[in-house]
Amino acid sequence: MSAALAVDAPARHRVTARWVFWALLMRDVTVVRRELVFFLLRTTMQPLMFTLVFGFLLPRMGFVQRNYSSALLPGLLGISLAFAAVQSVALPMVADFGWTREIEDRLLAPVDNRLVALEKVVAASVQGIIAALFVLPVARLIMGPVEGLSVSHFGEVIAVVTFGAAAFSVIGLFLGTVIEGQQVGLLFGFIVAPMIMFGCAYYPWRLLDRVPLLQYAVLVNPLTYVAEGLRAVLTPDKPHMPLPAVLAALVVVTALFWRLGLRTFMKRAVG
Amino acid sequence: MSESEGAAIVTRGLRKVYPPPKSRRRRGPVPSFTPPTGASPFSGSATTSTGEVLALDGLDLQVRSGEFFGLLGPNGAGKTTTIGILTTRVLPSGGAAFVHGLDVVKSAVDVRRRIGVVPQRPNPDRGLTVRENLLFHAAYFGFGRVASGARAVEILAQLGLGDRTEAKVDELSGGQQQRLMIARALIHEPQVIFLDEPTVGLDPQARLALWDILRGLHAQGRTIVMTTHYMEEADQLCDRVAIVDRGRLLACDTPEALKRRAPGGTLIELTLDAGADDLVAAARGLPGVLNAEADGAALRAWHPGGGEAIPGLIAAAQRAGRQVLNIHLAAPSLETLFISLTGRKLD
Repeated sequence: MSAALAVDAPARHRVTARWVFWALLMRDVTVVRRELVFFLLRTTMQPLMFTLVFGFLLPRMGFVQRNYSSALLPGLLGISLAFAAVQSVALPMVADFGWTREIEDRLLAPVDNRLVALEKVVAASVQGIIAALFVLPVARLIMGPVEGLSVSHFGEVIAVVTFGAAAFSVIGLFLGTVIEGQQVGLLFGFIVAPMIMFGCAYYPWRLLDRVPLLQYAVLVNPLTYVAEGLRAVLTPDKPHMPLPAVLAALVVVTALFWRLGLRTFMKRAVG
Repeated sequence: MSESEGAAIVTRGLRKVYPPPKSRRRRGPVPSFTPPTGASPFSGSATTSTGEVLALDGLDLQVRSGEFFGLLGPNGAGKTTTIGILTTRVLPSGGAAFVHGLDVVKSAVDVRRRIGVVPQRPNPDRGLTVRENLLFHAAYFGFGRVASGARAVEILAQLGLGDRTEAKVDELSGGQQQRLMIARALIHEPQVIFLDEPTVGLDPQARLALWDILRGLHAQGRTIVMTTHYMEEADQLCDRVAIVDRGRLLACDTPEALKRRAPGGTLIELTLDAGADDLVAAARGLPGVLNAEADGAALRAWHPGGGEAIPGLIAAAQRAGRQVLNIHLAAPSLETLFISLTGRKLD
């Protein structure tokens, strides 16, 4: 069998960075498409359950006011988006650098390794956007009519979702390259859970003025900006942070964690 | 650069120092669900006073184009680090390395274009099927799907994976995954192929099948660099073998020339229950014994007649009040040379 191993070499394209980036992206598209149902279940189950209890059951029982859903819906979208984006890059990174070493075939691709990290971030951002766009109609369906909800600023919705997904993808890149396999539980217990509870997802930031210390403390939480940004574009009549402030904060978070994440990624990629 | 132009691979004074292993810094062992992988990769390496691990200590190598080159050494000798540096996955701490004249640090991207890598532990892309593993890998190297599709099917067929093209990677056996790694290393037509301990963990049949495949690749004129700690493998396959230990090159030649350098006679090694130093003189005095030496609790003697000296050696040990725990025989081979060079056995 061995002598026949000489097979005619197929025609080769000029290997540009753009070509390789595209090939890496197509690899992720193939994998995500295959696991789309599991991906959506994994990332949107928690926010949708929350929608069912706080956006459907409790309002009907009279425990919460009906207009709570207008504060809740953008926050839940934010959680789905953040959760999906972080997971999509952090979990594979922890496994790849921890024990499967699967990413090595991509690190051997003839491009700067930083491009491999960038592609992971772009793919995770897309997954975050998909999760948010999936949860929006489903949650609206569960909650029934949501006071003040409008998707007339659709361009702005896409902008906030995109900036938010980018921010959480690079956070995922950083977390996925500093956390070791044994500590994945920590990621959810000590980072994701507090981030969700203190990220202004379940309440608007403006009303935190009753607990001033907390109102300032939550500003270090990137989820605050995503949730508030989505309030600004989906329920603009309700209290929310100004959109330019939200976008500026998300740009700063993205830039900061991209630098940090890239550094830790390269440290793991090249021994 | 000039000397490196004709050669496929050149390393000069290659050094690699790793920071102290993490376990040294931790307070205690951390429970882990990943199974232990046996000896630490650093177990045989030299450590400095600060706990740093000296994996490579000035390694000079030269591999000719088209050569089947073996790196032979025990665990911790620096073999995997050498492969890591040559495949741009590990940064050297000092010295320089070139693949086809290209500096592996400064021209890493160009080096990657020319190499194929078969890792020590198969690391296929588990999200993809067998065929997709090849197609996407080819795509990273600039081959279009259509162009590489037929070639992928053909290579898989030749490596005995023709009926597994649509299988998930997890459905493959260890040997099949290893062959998939070889297929992946070939799909983009590299000039140099690196294999890191490719037969570890394979059953004897799969190992022989892999040897056939490697011989076939060599026959096509490819440069192959393989690490192994199996003497027989290096002897059977390689044009030249470099014996490395503790990050240093001890010898580099054809297997035949190396075997000629091996001390004469059959090596008889007795493992005793205590130090063997005071037995050396008695062993040398036995009829026919060419030479003898002690290494801790190991007594080594060389004798032209194979195992004939064993009863005499055992009697000598018993007279000295020692118990013989183990006896090991080795004909003049790379193994006896290795032991005489390093004072250690390979595994």
